[in-house]
Amino acid sequence: MAMLDIENLHARIDGEHGKEILKGLSLKVNPGEVHAIMGPNGSGKSTLSYILAGKEDYEVTDGSVTLDGEDLLEMEIDERAAKGVFLAFQYPVEVPGVATMTFLRASLNAQRKKRGEAEISTPDFLRLVKDKAANLGINQDMLRRGVNVGFSGGEKKRAEILQMAILEPKLCVLDETDSGLDIDALKVVSEGVNALRSPDRAMIVITHYQRLLNHIVPDFVHVMNQGRIVRSGGKELALELEANGYAEYQQDAA
Amino acid sequence: MNADIRPIRTPAEQAILASLDAVPAGTDRLADLRRAAARSFEEHGLPHRRVEEWKYTDLRSLMREAVPVAGSAAVAEADARARLLRGVEARRIVIANGAVVPELSDLADLEEGLTLTTLKAAMEAGDEVLSRIGGIVPSRYDASLALNTALSRDGVVITVAPGAKIARPVHVAHVFASAGAAAMYARSLVVVGAGASFTYAESFEGPDGLAYQANSATEFTVGDGAHLDVVRLQEEGASAFHLSTLLFDVGRDSQVHAFTFGLGAAVARTTLYATLSGEDSHVGFNGATLLKGRQHADSTLFLDHQVPGCESRELFKTVLDDNARGVFQGKIVVRQAAQKTDGRMMSRALVLGDEAEMDNKPELEIFADDVQCGHGATCGAIDDELLFYLRARGIPMKEAQSLLVQAFVGEAIETIEHDGLREALVERAEAWLAARA
Repeated sequence: MAMLDIENLHARIDGEHGKEILKGLSLKVNPGEVHAIMGPNGSGKSTLSYILAGKEDYEVTDGSVTLDGEDLLEMEIDERAAKGVFLAFQYPVEVPGVATMTFLRASLNAQRKKRGEAEISTPDFLRLVKDKAANLGINQDMLRRGVNVGFSGGEKKRAEILQMAILEPKLCVLDETDSGLDIDALKVVSEGVNALRSPDRAMIVITHYQRLLNHIVPDFVHVMNQGRIVRSGGKELALELEANGYAEYQQDAA
Repeated sequence: MNADIRPIRTPAEQAILASLDAVPAGTDRLADLRRAAARSFEEHGLPHRRVEEWKYTDLRSLMREAVPVAGSAAVAEADARARLLRGVEARRIVIANGAVVPELSDLADLEEGLTLTTLKAAMEAGDEVLSRIGGIVPSRYDASLALNTALSRDGVVITVAPGAKIARPVHVAHVFASAGAAAMYARSLVVVGAGASFTYAESFEGPDGLAYQANSATEFTVGDGAHLDVVRLQEEGASAFHLSTLLFDVGRDSQVHAFTFGLGAAVARTTLYATLSGEDSHVGFNGATLLKGRQHADSTLFLDHQVPGCESRELFKTVLDDNARGVFQGKIVVRQAAQKTDGRMMSRALVLGDEAEMDNKPELEIFADDVQCGHGATCGAIDDELLFYLRARGIPMKEAQSLLVQAFVGEAIETIEHDGLREALVERAEAWLAARA
């Protein structure tokens, strides 16, 4: 059984005349696999990531999504997180007044509680954050500040990866994690992601560019267009896309 | 025709008028003030929605109960009920039913430069400091203050000598401790000498389910170069009526900060008056109000910049759950002489309940031509994007809301300088949120 099984997923923007964005998307992701989803703007990549995380702005009109056989679409947003779904946001929001440390701890403990585990002790938590933060070049000052407040684009992305490293999700969905990153930051973030690769964990890496996939090497590459996966292949597909662009797929769809 | 035109009195007005008959006779200045206040109440009665300052808090229709003035409280009862801010290291004075309870009050071993007595004792002794009472006169009739002036029998009278730095706060704990609904009045006076620094805290509490009425007024006279911090916590019982007035006369080069935190009462109105009468001073009025059920709370400010070069900053945060109603009125007056005034006022409301309501009324009245003044008001729900972000990390809805509400009010609470008081108020906000979850 696949860890994540998306079957003929149709979804539209919530509301009476909401535009249909996903039009029959199917994807199976097994533990240990890294899947890259590439595609032009407006193909529905970010929508897919939001629907997996449970954002309420979309309505699923057909199809199913299961995580380890359980209906993901029936779960509350926080329940999905506790089950191991993690979305690294393309544009992480700033949360003034909620210190990063407070937020990390509240997140970790909420997930543990939901899974019936004990809360983490203060010393264990501090040690955990210290270790993970150091690898990502995140300093104490950033941890004391409000979540993402005053962070640069690169810092926000590193903070997302820090959250991922601390929460240790089962399924990581990275939504254009490379956007807004310079080469050095891209390297740091990619190393952070690679450190989390494991046989038990799956990743979906959404990106426009092949560049990220030089650092995070995928097992599978999917091309998405018009709300569906139109082609799948190995990592070499990314190179082909880089050379030829998406024009061919867009013409197909038109 | 020579018939008297008598307004129709509501039962509450009639009860108050009956109380006013008990205003003691006397020939001194205070007695004159009391009689004048009683007369002004007889003339105007309770304010209603056509009186601009009370537009959103129509006392005539809100104050339905007619209750007598409270008798004295049993010491044990007062002690048991005065719980707020107990953990804060402070000199504690308990005022139960409007009278200082000496057995529960720390009136001895005063720091050098600190004078502290009760209003009752000061009146009996004919203390000269009482000439300061009634020194700050609002430009319009204020029913709440008039009743306080007419009916208060006790309170605290504090003098901080020039230059004295009093590190330990004085905490005046007001408590209602009777079995039946009644009204309590307390009047206090704080005179901070030139160059002195002082922290004054007051709290208000009483039992739920009893429609008692609390009316408090405190006057602060702040000398040149002085530093005054005021922190107040209002957690009256759920059926109570709370009216309070804080008046400040601010001297030159001084720093005055007041924080008002409102959680309790069915109906609460807190009015702050500041007269900036000395140049180059800074006044910061901040507040937070957390309301639920059908609570109604009104924070009204009047800042009167009379002289050049002063700065005033106001930040008020209101959180409204259920059917609660919040009111913020703030008026900054900049007199012609008050050039280089810098005034900024902001009221922000966070609406959690579908039926909640916020009324914001900021006003500027500027007669000088070289000033910087601004005001703003916002009112909105919790940002869905923020909620989604927190929930996507596993934080359940209520807890995510709590974190965001805490952050929202935290911005105002953080302005409190005194660590112990600030932490105590954070803890009260957390308790409010925990009760909600």
